[in-house]
Amino acid sequence: MRPVYIVGAGMTRFGRSELPLVDLAGTASLAALRHASLGKVPVDGVVVANMGGSRINRQTALASALVDRLALYPAAAEAVENGPASGASAVKVGFQAVASGMADVVLVVGVEMMRAVDGLEGTDFVASLSHPEVEYIYGVTLPSLAGLFARLYMSRFGVERRHLAMVAIKNHDHAMKNPYAHIHQPITMEGILTSPEAVVNNPLVADPLCLFDCCPVSDGSAAVILASKDIAERLSGPRVRIAGMGQATDTHAVHEREDPTDLRAVRLASEKAFAMADAKPADVHVAELHDAFTILEIAESEAAGFFKRGEAHKAIERGETRLGGRLPVNPSGGLKARGHPVGATGVAQLVELTWQLRGEATDRQVEKAKVAYACNFGGFGNNVIATVLRKEER
Amino acid sequence: MGSVTDLEALLRPPAMEMPPYPPKVVTLASGEEMVVRQVGREEIPTLLKAIYPLLLVERDYYDIVAARLYAELLAYKRYRVRDEYVLVGLIGGVLAGVVNGRLVDAKVGMSYHTMTIRRGLRVGSHLFAAKMEYHIEHIGQEDVLIVAESPIGFRRWMIEYPLEKKYEVQHELGGVPSWVLTRKTYFDAKPRLVSGRRPVPAALLAGAATIRLPGDDVVKRQVLDEKGGGR
Repeated sequence: MRPVYIVGAGMTRFGRSELPLVDLAGTASLAALRHASLGKVPVDGVVVANMGGSRINRQTALASALVDRLALYPAAAEAVENGPASGASAVKVGFQAVASGMADVVLVVGVEMMRAVDGLEGTDFVASLSHPEVEYIYGVTLPSLAGLFARLYMSRFGVERRHLAMVAIKNHDHAMKNPYAHIHQPITMEGILTSPEAVVNNPLVADPLCLFDCCPVSDGSAAVILASKDIAERLSGPRVRIAGMGQATDTHAVHEREDPTDLRAVRLASEKAFAMADAKPADVHVAELHDAFTILEIAESEAAGFFKRGEAHKAIERGETRLGGRLPVNPSGGLKARGHPVGATGVAQLVELTWQLRGEATDRQVEKAKVAYACNFGGFGNNVIATVLRKEER
Repeated sequence: MGSVTDLEALLRPPAMEMPPYPPKVVTLASGEEMVVRQVGREEIPTLLKAIYPLLLVERDYYDIVAARLYAELLAYKRYRVRDEYVLVGLIGGVLAGVVNGRLVDAKVGMSYHTMTIRRGLRVGSHLFAAKMEYHIEHIGQEDVLIVAESPIGFRRWMIEYPLEKKYEVQHELGGVPSWVLTRKTYFDAKPRLVSGRRPVPAALLAGAATIRLPGDDVVKRQVLDEKGGGR
């Protein structure tokens, strides 16, 4: 297998877009292509990650459309739909193409325009990833699954609402340093939890999760350029290698899991990614986790191996996951505050980590970051892709 | 017809006695303190300056709300609407939002508009709640007639409280069928949606004595950009 490098990364600001879907993807693509400075090196393939285009934007065959919009013919083009893990799945497809020698340069783009529909329709669209016979038809939504998960996790491991609030406050603070983040609004413990007004400021969404425990509904696009070693060596700038990728699945219906608090797919995907990268969790300097709900950042950081089970909330209390802490988690603001355009999220995580490893993350730069980890969490943990990136010195 | 003064008396609606709205302070999600207080006619020109740049902002129906609110505030200032009141939210003295309404009669109130200038902190939710608090608890009314012009408003008022349909009544805002907040609905919702502390500390109240405007560019940025841009 040939080594694969990320030689360019770019994204749009997440939030609300008035661009057509393909133009939004095109904007992120051009940013990544500019970042890579490929010159006359051709793009061999284009992979587009998207979850809802056919349903909420009435557009299919996005990769073909993007190739046309960017005049990248005759590049191979394909789209990937894998729920909220679509982004990392698309990167995996691009990785395989380069690693196998089928392509030397692949553009991978994640894009989603969720604000094209109202909140109720958007929530229903995302809920369609749940089990159709035992979850969806009973009105299960992702916030409700996360609420049940949070209640169980809290009772078993002593996690309290203040720990969830700490995750939200941290990620909002990080997003203040990220010009691409959806939410630029600092929040405080008093404002969202301890003041009498917190009940209005931070209303219950799905017990015990409140408004500020949930990611916003975002539009946005993110793109990376993958290249073979030969190409990467011809380009300037620091080299970021995709050192490891792992994927694992779990039962579709959450209640069928022996222990629903055990994010088995995160654990197994991470173990595979670390084994492939010949690394261990303790080697990681910066991580992007899939915090669609605050409880998930806590649970994923344990399942990925950064903390023992039931210990992550204590590390959060100690400030270890803040910028400047022992292991900064979600320096971008995470899904919680950078935003969560579902198909784009997995790519955006790698954009942020590429910038971190290249030393280009401006005010939120993690000093001396050389190894990075991302967890793209599909479904409610039933399809997870973990990625380990490593900076290679020239 | 007699003098100009006589004509003005014919044009000017009669006024009912309204108790003042006692100011309160609420802590926002950001930790900032927002003072909610009533404004008089002398402060309306300042509010008009804040609303003016939003007349052409289509996003989230700001244009129609701004246009109607502008007219309502002007009518209040110039005595061409009956029994109107205006409340503002001020963060560090800077305008964060405006709400207004009026009395239909002693028992029934009518909500006009809720305009949030500082977004993402549920300022509109706090100010709308203050408006309902004024009608029900301070004026002592039984019902408040309400409509929404935007989906955001519909979610905040009709669904969150929740309001009841009162479609047999035509609201003044375009004759749209009304919804209603009753005393019972208000007190049922109060623990979830109505907050704030009184009295407001003297220093905070003094800081909110004069309305400061955030500037046109800041207003547009806050309305368009704070929640993720509009490109």
